[in-house]
Amino acid sequence: MATNKQSSTTSIIIQPSKGWKLIDFKELKEYRDLFYFLILRDIKVLYKQTVLGFIWAVIKPLFSMVVFSVIFGGLAKVPSDGIPYPVFSYSALVPWTYFSSALTGSTSSLIGRASIFTKVYFPRIIIPLTPVMAKLLDFGIALIICFGLMAYYGIVPTVNVVWIPLLICLMVLTSSGIGMWLSALALQYRDIKLGINFVSQLLMYAAPVVWPVSLIAEKFGDKAKLFYGFYPMAGVIEGFRSALLGHNPMPWSLIGMGSITSVLLFITGALYFQRKERIFADVF
Amino acid sequence: MMSNTVIKVENLSKRYRIGLKEKIHETFLGALISWVKSPIYNFRRLQKLSQFVEHENSDDIIWALRSISFEVKHGEVLGIIGRNGSGKSTLLKILSRITEPTEGRAQIIGRVGSLLEVGTGFHPELTGRENIYLNSAILGMKKAETDRKFDEIVDFAEVEKFIDTPVKRYSSGMYVRLAFAVAAYLEPEILLVDEVLAVGDVAFQKKCLGKISDVAKEGRTVLFVSHNMAVISNLCERCLLLDSGRIVIDGSVNASIECYISSIQTLNQFIPLHSRVDRQGNGRLRFTNFKISSPTRAITDTVVTGENVSLTIEYEADSEKLKNVSISIPFYNHLGQPIFMCWTRLVGQDFELVERRGRFIVEIPKLPLMPGKYSLNLYCEVNGVLADWIQEAVSITVLEGDFFGTGMTLPSVTGGVAIEHSWRYETSEAN
Repeated sequence: MATNKQSSTTSIIIQPSKGWKLIDFKELKEYRDLFYFLILRDIKVLYKQTVLGFIWAVIKPLFSMVVFSVIFGGLAKVPSDGIPYPVFSYSALVPWTYFSSALTGSTSSLIGRASIFTKVYFPRIIIPLTPVMAKLLDFGIALIICFGLMAYYGIVPTVNVVWIPLLICLMVLTSSGIGMWLSALALQYRDIKLGINFVSQLLMYAAPVVWPVSLIAEKFGDKAKLFYGFYPMAGVIEGFRSALLGHNPMPWSLIGMGSITSVLLFITGALYFQRKERIFADVF
Repeated sequence: MMSNTVIKVENLSKRYRIGLKEKIHETFLGALISWVKSPIYNFRRLQKLSQFVEHENSDDIIWALRSISFEVKHGEVLGIIGRNGSGKSTLLKILSRITEPTEGRAQIIGRVGSLLEVGTGFHPELTGRENIYLNSAILGMKKAETDRKFDEIVDFAEVEKFIDTPVKRYSSGMYVRLAFAVAAYLEPEILLVDEVLAVGDVAFQKKCLGKISDVAKEGRTVLFVSHNMAVISNLCERCLLLDSGRIVIDGSVNASIECYISSIQTLNQFIPLHSRVDRQGNGRLRFTNFKISSPTRAITDTVVTGENVSLTIEYEADSEKLKNVSISIPFYNHLGQPIFMCWTRLVGQDFELVERRGRFIVEIPKLPLMPGKYSLNLYCEVNGVLADWIQEAVSITVLEGDFFGTGMTLPSVTGGVAIEHSWRYETSEAN
């Protein structure tokens, strides 16, 4: 809907909106308190009345690491670029767990909160973006554990850790973009919500979590590796590994390709979401 | 747009797609084929939920609002009434920007606060304190504002002791008080309220009403949707009556309410008593007919204030000689408020023994009802057990009359009833 802010009082025109529009950042700024409280709510509510509390944030990646180390590292002997398999997989699981939980959270964000947006107005774009931000806390905790694990194996992080914030931005951008797409789609077509869990599993195996990117270059050549870079999590995960473990140089080509995809996903996601936003209360 | 107008609605319309009856298959093969084709059918159906071909008028489309136009000035308290499905809530939703109009436009000047539901966004795991901040933010308050009003909100809700307990442990009364308290301190320039008073106990409802009327007195604009005619009548200066998405009346509160009530009652009143099926009770005795008469008219449904009226209720019983029959007739005014009741037990005149067929006659000397439309229920107990109960059994119209014998009639704005009374004067000079 078009809004018109005059000098002293707010004047709003409500009419059927046409066409496309991107995110109204001014409006988001007005509602930043709400955004903050919603993120806080997501974080607090998850672990309330649990004994372990935030420890749950690390159980998933840790256990996955143990299972992967036994199966892929131990039994199947998947190559790991010369690093001990547990660290190899855990350093990838940290960003991956963030990505998959942000994605699942974001996809079902609209469905879960129907009463909020059928009863009161605020920029709906906040809803899928909330889990994307809230899961960063879990990510932070898992990252700290990662440093602990690295210390155990005597691995020192390289100077490339300065690039980690960039990788985090990329992660957030990708999750937001896909989140905006899927949350809007899931509201109308519930299949998306049902499918996201197992699609997320597939995506994990498509990402270099349990196997190294070097495998692709070996089997399919360098050009294939470049195209693989379009999968944004490929660049992010290998980037994390390089920065933390230092076994390979930073995969800038992958990161570059991934950024293109991320930005595209974000922009198209925002456009699609804003266009569908007007019918949310009706379609629910 | 005139400087004083804060809401201007022009030709607002809203269209919805509803679910249609599912196709029923007669053969198993038909059902099987339909099941196989279902993904395609489902996809098209879901896709259609958000699409409309221009000027489509298929069966599964309804127009919740049709070309609504009106203006609201600053400080007005506007009531919006209408039957369920008339479009009232849709109108508020559009003005609250929750859903978009299909056609037309609305212009609003000033900050809008919407109370469409109490406790929007409350999370059961969070404490009262956390929920206050969250809910305020959802309703549009900044954190600093909430900080300022925090103590007042907690005070209004009377939950100081429990403010740091998760809301899921609150009683439903506390929950609803807290939710309303946050909304009450919103201080918007324009307040849109949708029947939030349907929840909560009597004390809470009184508090809500008090707060809303304070808001109105502070000169803020209020749009108030409700089914409670007494509240609308008290609070609002102007009223919109909606029916099937269109404005039927825009103006006098009394006219709107009367039109609304009569549109609801019309159906029932035309059905003769003996054919009414919306009755309760074991049926040992059934009301079959009702007549009202006065000295000036033999049989009528219109009487005059101050007349001696006589109500005759004919009945049929299922056996001879029923014992301990008690009959009561409550009278309700056009707002649905009870005015008084004629009851055999009140005057110690329960019928000890009645035959299978007959009639009960009530004499009311000097009918005290002020001019207006009234609705009567008919209620009967046999031996302490409910035998027959018809609500809105009869409707009567009372015209202006000379109750006091002085030729002076009460102005009808005072409402209620006329009461016999007399005056005298005493001097206070010492003797």
